[in-house]
This record gives sequence, C-alpha cells and structure tokens, in this order.
Amino acid sequence: MENTVNRPLRYAFFALVVRPLMMIVLGTNVRRVAQLPETGPAIIVANHNSHLDTFALMNVLGLHRLARVRPVAAADYFLTRPLRRWFSTRIVGIIPIDRTKARREDGKHPLEPISEALRAGAIVLLFPEGSRGEPEQMTEFQSGIAHLAKRHPDVPITPVFMHGLGKALPKGEAILVPFFCDMFVGTPLEQGLGKKELMDQLTGAMQQLKAELPVESW
Amino acid sequence: MMNHLAPEVRTTLLCLFSALAVSSAITIGLKRWKPDRDFHELRCRVRTWWAIVGIFSLSLMWSTTAAIGFFGFVSFLALKEFLSMTPTRRADRRVLFYAYLSVPIQYWLAARGWYGMFIVFIPVMMFVWLPTRMWMIGQTDGFLRAAGSLHWALMITVFSLSHAAFLLVVSPGETARVAAEFPSAIAETSPGPGLLVFLILMTELNDIFQYLWGKSIGGAKVAPLVSPGKTWAGLVGGVATTVVVAAIVGPRLTLMDRPSSLAAGVVIGLAGFAGDLCMSALKRDLKIKDFGATLPGHGGVLDRVDSLVFTAPLFFHFVYYMYG
Repeated sequence: MENTVNRPLRYAFFALVVRPLMMIVLGTNVRRVAQLPETGPAIIVANHNSHLDTFALMNVLGLHRLARVRPVAAADYFLTRPLRRWFSTRIVGIIPIDRTKARREDGKHPLEPISEALRAGAIVLLFPEGSRGEPEQMTEFQSGIAHLAKRHPDVPITPVFMHGLGKALPKGEAILVPFFCDMFVGTPLEQGLGKKELMDQLTGAMQQLKAELPVESW
Repeated sequence: MMNHLAPEVRTTLLCLFSALAVSSAITIGLKRWKPDRDFHELRCRVRTWWAIVGIFSLSLMWSTTAAIGFFGFVSFLALKEFLSMTPTRRADRRVLFYAYLSVPIQYWLAARGWYGMFIVFIPVMMFVWLPTRMWMIGQTDGFLRAAGSLHWALMITVFSLSHAAFLLVVSPGETARVAAEFPSAIAETSPGPGLLVFLILMTELNDIFQYLWGKSIGGAKVAPLVSPGKTWAGLVGGVATTVVVAAIVGPRLTLMDRPSSLAAGVVIGLAGFAGDLCMSALKRDLKIKDFGATLPGHGGVLDRVDSLVFTAPLFFHFVYYMYG
C-alpha cells in the first residue's frame, strides 16, 4: 500500500493545484496551527462537510509533512470507478476502509490498514462522522476512532473543527463557490481513555471548537 | 514600463517606499531598545504594508490594465470575506456564484472605460438578476434578508471599490471645470494613476491622522456604541489635516486646482470616517472583530479598505463632475 503513491505527481498536484486553490480561490483561517502534529505517528480527527476537507487539511499540514499524510477514506466510494480509484490511492494516498463489512475475508481487523500506516509513522486523517452528510451539520461520531485509540494508546489524537467548505462544495454539487474555510485546531485528547470517555471527550472538544465560530450560517 | 506614470506619481511612490523603510527601521529599533515589550503586531502591520504598497505599485507601474486587475482581485477577496462572514441561505449557492461572476465583468467594464454600463451593471442589472434567480429557486424563507445582504455585499465590495479602478481611465473632457496648475504632458494624457494614488494616499493618511489626533487629544466620542476609539478631536483634526495635505498634494498629483483639491480633501476626510464607522457597525452586528485574517496585523481585506468603500465612489464622482 505504501508504495502505490506516485510521489512526484502527488507533490506536483498539491503544490500546483491544491495550494493555489486553497490560498487564492478559497482561503483558510487556521487557529493554533502549531498544535498540529509535526510528525507521525499521529491521528487528526475532523468533522466532514465536503470533498475539499481532506485537501484543506493536507494543505495546512504543508508539503514538508505531505509524505507522511494518509487520509482514511471509504473503499466502497473511492475504489469503485477506475479514475477515482487511481486518483485516491496514487495521488491523495488514501487508506481505503470498507464501511460495509465488519470483518475482512482474510480475517484481519478492519482497522488493520490504519494501524499499518501508524506503525510506519503516518499522520492519519480521519473523519469520524463517516460520511459528509448534510453540509455544515455535525452528526454523531462513529466509534472506530475509539477502537483505534485502544490499539494505539501512545498515538496522539488531535481534533480539528472545520467550517465553510461545506458551503463551497457540498455533497452532490458540481459548482465550486468561493468561501473562506475556518480551521480550529484543538489540543490532543487524553490518552488511555475508555471508549465512552474518549467519544465524550472528542464530542466535547469539537463542540467547544465549534463555539469559536462567530456566526451560525445554514 | 513606466511611461504612463507622470514624474509626480513616481516621486510619490518613491516617498511611500521611503516612509515604509523608515517605519521598518523604527520597528527594528524598538525591538532592540525595548526588548521587554512585544511589538509583534506592529511588525506584522508594517510587513503587510510593504506587501500592499509593493503589489499595488508594481501593478501600477506595469500597466493600467494590471492595476485594474489588482483592484479586481481585492474586490474578489473582499466579497469572499463578506459572504463568508454573513449568514447566507444554502439554497442561494448558485446565486452566490453569479455574484462572484459580477467581479470580472465589472472590472472588464472599468478597463474598457464603458462608463454607461459600468455605472448600471451592479445597481441595476445585478439588482434585477440576483433576486430573479432567487425566486426561481422557490425558497421564500429569509428572502428579503438574503437578497438585501447579497446586494449590499456587491455594492460594498465590488461596485464601490471598482470606482477606484475606473479612475485610471477617466480623462478631462472639453468642458472640464478645472485646469491644471502644473501641466505636464503625461498627466494630460494619462491623469488616472495620479488620481488613483491621490485617492488611496488621502484615504489612508486620513485614517492615520484621525487615529493620531484622537489618541493625542482624546475627549468626547462621536459614536461610542459603534466605535469607542473615535473622538470628535480625531474627526475634526483628522479632516483638517487631510484637507491641508490634499491642498498641497492635489495640484501636483492630479489635474485638479487648489480649491478643488481642497474640496476633495473634505469629501475624502468625511467619507473615510463614515465608511470606517459603517464597517465597524457591520462588524458589531455580525459579532466579529475582524473580517478575516488575510492581512496579518490588519485583519481582513475589508478591514483595510473600509474607508475606501465610501471615499472611492464619492471622490470618483467629484472628479467626474470636475472633468466634465
């Protein structure tokens, strides 16, 4: 899986397409950018509004961290069509996870691909809402992140609240309308929490970050 | 490359860069002599000024079209800030797309010097088209608020600011009401850059003068509920200083004579103050401190051009009347 990423194309895409898009067409307001993990293994969790979320996060992490960054994405969506599959795995460098099956045929844990990446020192991007859903509406977080925390108790989990991109490019829309993207970085969650405590802390952290927004729109 | 710039304009730009160099020297000095105090904000501000003046001057030196393009980009950024900060209806996404589309069209009209269309495109065409596109969507909840704030967004960030760009292509008509005190061949054929630099310089100096007078004298506040920092001393002292400077600079930088430069100073001084407070009121309504973080030390683009939003169209029509 590691070797499938096309490095030169990936760097070119992020430097020449994603960077100008995020800086000129959209624009990013990041708060506390220094709290983002400098190196892996690390997990960043964010709320999900748009296909652009992944690019916005990867852009803020910068080209110097790009080699380590691996977004988790739904295999049943991103691996279906050939072009989408090629782009997701070779340029964006996703870790495909099958949302439909609890267990894989080969008997491996469904989160094993993420564990592999973390063991290789990756900065894993995870959207625990599981789906983009209604734009700018946060839904309940899936508990996969708690399983992951249990498997990797030493890996820091940093919450990031994102806002705006669901307006720029919501689910099912093809026209991009420029909006600024807000990105509020929180402090890493406590380590060694149980499933319920971790989910509560994550939800609480996200709500707190969300409260920093000046106006509620949509 | 600089043939379209009168010597006075080049000198003014040179003065600007010298002033910036002095400011940078002062901030470096302050950091040295008072290491216990934090000048980060000030240094950010000066550095951003370098970028603003630098890009603006470069575009102006390049060509008139490049300078108009620069203002078009500023409008785009300001519109994006406005729409990101004000609540918009989800249903209006496509309508917002048309609002963005008006930016290149409006600045193209400015570059062509097509005054008749330039002056009606947003207040008439977009005024009719955007609500039309909105009723087509069929959502009536919040219609007035959405249509009203979108139209205001366009008037502030695109229509108003584009007047600064249109200054670059105006030229005196045969029935001009003013005659140059210091005629020069370049200024006669291409008075635009001088007018634009005059407008920007006076607007920004007016901001600074009002701040300095208000800080040094203090006293009664003009609108304590809107902006607690604005005092009558600042307003009167600031406008008076702007008028004096305008009367000195105007006849050299533009084709306006001394009395009309003086009058332009009054217009810019008062309108700049009004624009500044108008944007403050808007920010208070939206419960935000700044419109964004695009310009470190200044906030957003809209925070920087708040006075210009009012001074640009008023000064433009003053000039347009004077030039016949």
